[in-house]
Amino acid sequence: MTDLLTISGLTRRFGGLTAVDAVSFSVNRGEVVALLGPNGSGKTTVLNMISGHLPPSGGTIALSDEMISGLSPNRIALKGVARTFQLVRGLPSLTVAENVIASLAFGHRKLWGAAARTEALARLEEVGLAHRADQSAQDLTYIDQKRMELARALAAEPELLLLDEWLAGLNPTELRTGIELIQSLKGRGITVLLVEHVMDAVRALCDRCVVMNAGRKIADGPTEKALSHPDVVTAYLGGGHA
Amino acid sequence: MLVTALLSGLVLGGTYALVAMGLTLQYGIARIMNLAYGEMIISAAFLAYVLYADAGINPVVGLLIAAPAGFLLGYVVYGVMMRPLVARAKDKASLEIDSILATFGLLFVIQGVLLVIFGANFTSYNYLNVAVDVFGTNIAANRLLALVMALVLGGGLYMLLTRTLWGTALRAVAVAPASAPLVGINVDKAARMAFALGGALAAAGGVVISMYQTFTATSGVVFTMKALIVVIMGGVGNILGALSAGLILGLVETFVATYIDPGLTLAATYGIFLAILLWRPAGLFGRASR
Amino acid sequence: MKSVLSLQVALFVVIVAALAFLPVFASPYGLTLMIGMLGYVTLATAWALFSGPTRYVSLATVAFFGIGAYTVAVFSESMAYPLLLLVSAAIGLLVASVVGFATLRLAGVYFVIFTFGLAELIRQLVTWYEVNMTGTLGRYIFLPVTPEGIYWQLLGLAAITFAISWGVGRSRIGLALKVIGDDEVVAAHCGINVARVKLALFAVSSTIITLVGAIQAPRWTYVEPVIAFNPTVSFLTLIMALLGGANRLTGPLLGAVPLFLLFEWLSANFPNHYSIILGLLFIAIVFILPRGVLAFAEENWKRWRRHEVKTVPGVAE
Repeated sequence: MTDLLTISGLTRRFGGLTAVDAVSFSVNRGEVVALLGPNGSGKTTVLNMISGHLPPSGGTIALSDEMISGLSPNRIALKGVARTFQLVRGLPSLTVAENVIASLAFGHRKLWGAAARTEALARLEEVGLAHRADQSAQDLTYIDQKRMELARALAAEPELLLLDEWLAGLNPTELRTGIELIQSLKGRGITVLLVEHVMDAVRALCDRCVVMNAGRKIADGPTEKALSHPDVVTAYLGGGHA
Repeated sequence: MLVTALLSGLVLGGTYALVAMGLTLQYGIARIMNLAYGEMIISAAFLAYVLYADAGINPVVGLLIAAPAGFLLGYVVYGVMMRPLVARAKDKASLEIDSILATFGLLFVIQGVLLVIFGANFTSYNYLNVAVDVFGTNIAANRLLALVMALVLGGGLYMLLTRTLWGTALRAVAVAPASAPLVGINVDKAARMAFALGGALAAAGGVVISMYQTFTATSGVVFTMKALIVVIMGGVGNILGALSAGLILGLVETFVATYIDPGLTLAATYGIFLAILLWRPAGLFGRASR
Repeated sequence: MKSVLSLQVALFVVIVAALAFLPVFASPYGLTLMIGMLGYVTLATAWALFSGPTRYVSLATVAFFGIGAYTVAVFSESMAYPLLLLVSAAIGLLVASVVGFATLRLAGVYFVIFTFGLAELIRQLVTWYEVNMTGTLGRYIFLPVTPEGIYWQLLGLAAITFAISWGVGRSRIGLALKVIGDDEVVAAHCGINVARVKLALFAVSSTIITLVGAIQAPRWTYVEPVIAFNPTVSFLTLIMALLGGANRLTGPLLGAVPLFLLFEWLSANFPNHYSIILGLLFIAIVFILPRGVLAFAEENWKRWRRHEVKTVPGVAE
């Protein structure tokens, strides 16, 4: 297997605070990797730098040997990175279908017209939202907005999909569907890097975990091994338990 | 010449600082960009003029009438016009656009009323228009009084905001509107108070301006712009920033008028403003936030 | 679908052609009125082209309008008329590109204030230049252009603006603008070059506005900065587009026609209360019709239809 994403020495400072401190890890093609850590450990900041939302203060990010660190988000998107956001970001003045068409029309596929519409409906079908295609996006429930956001990300046919707590807030049934959905992506050769707090989902989905605490990487390895790493236990449960 | 320019610049700057403090309270705490702010200033200027010319009440006493009136106007405008907009706003951006458009409307209404009552003529009155010798140059006593009033009012406001619990609560809302309720601050009440206080400062500024400048029913826009320049230069919600930025703007204007060309004063003002918006939108003294 | 489209196009062509014959019947006053109205229809439509979907409230309308008018005034004696229009458009495009490039990072209140300040700055600079460099404040424009000629040019420009606005609304770039208006971060993550799209549309919109100023300039015969850069032009354009609904093709038109006539009537009969009524209209639109007349009518129509369906026995859920 070859590396799809290679991050080395990635650093981000906000004023005096170092949110991400020299983090290095890589993600192989076709893998599902979880980025874990307590709140405030810098996970979302890492995702933001990969997708280009934030420029790194230092370090590099490479996508299949091509440097993408510091590029603008639209260029990174065109290179095959798609994402969802921690606080779901729908486009409220558009319909659900148009939300998906937005990434079809401007992504590397440049679909438009009837072709885009057909493709958008197919993507919505995948996440179980096709029946709402022509509703206004602002009328969707929270869960459906998350589905729509995933459909939008999938429509870009990304090589690398970044999911920022996409499973948070789902009920048990929805969670099961959600996990199955992500699992099905694996079969299609999509590489996934996800930030997640739902541990059952992480165990069910991920081949590997990268664990962060206070901006630093503290563990990296196969899921069970990484989760039982003493530093990880300390970070999650507090120093007294170690 | 230098001392004269310096003194005139300080007088002008003190006035700008006073006026800008009100706007920075309104925008920083109540989160309303009040584009009718200059019209509130000019209304107070006309009030002072009427009080002095028709009733013989001197502007210092006029201030005691105008400032509470401005407070009341701000309080009512916030309660009637702004609160419904705040309540229905889905996000910060839609509130911004709504409040800009609504206060634009208010701008035209107030300006129209002033035009109907006072016409479009330049207005001024003579109060304490005698020369006083300061550091070897002559300056009109009314200008000196204007400077003193601006400093006293500005200083008083600063003390009020930094030394009282009430002021601290207002500043807390400016810094963290989302977490202020967690410590028992009523954000809605704070916003209304800040807006009203801003109205009082606009009125005070208007009285001060009327003492030494000519004004017309349509000159409000210029004051809004200048107050905005000072607010953005000083950093939104930053009282000390507004004070220093006001003085800087007053000095720059006076120096451009004295040494370069009076015709370029306004152009210089707008030039500074546009430059700051582009290069330091967080203000000269502010750090870029997040 | 295809037939509806060709019907729409045919209707558009017929309306424009019918309007082209209007000067044959109209009185001189009627023609003057039509010129003013067409001017504002074009301004409001061009304004909405950029500001409607992106929600960037621009008050720079008069900056470009004035640039157009002033360019014609300055070069009216040294250039052929068609060249005048070209030069105006080129200057407008240049200024729009520079300004657009500089203001891409500004949003919300800052953008509004910047555009307002820009118009004032340009007016101050032109005034200063005229007073100090040329020694005169005003300029006379003597051009062999008849009112009919101005009318036809404006009609052509209005038709082109509509066609552009229609085309943009159906194209990818139209969707890109809407996505940007909703969320610039999402737009960029969808692969949209946000800066380029905004800049392109701002430039197109501003160039059209410049041309409106340039074409109307000969009507004045005398121009000075206070006339050419009168901020009321920006305010009226804004409120017209908002009244009709800045997000729809015909919204600005529906706002511009009644408001133009209203203000024309007001300035003739109540010149002193003009500003008060303008202000009250602003406030009324914000409170009653925040998304424009068209959206308001559509919502109520839908509600009414739904109501009607529900009252039919057996159909109610």
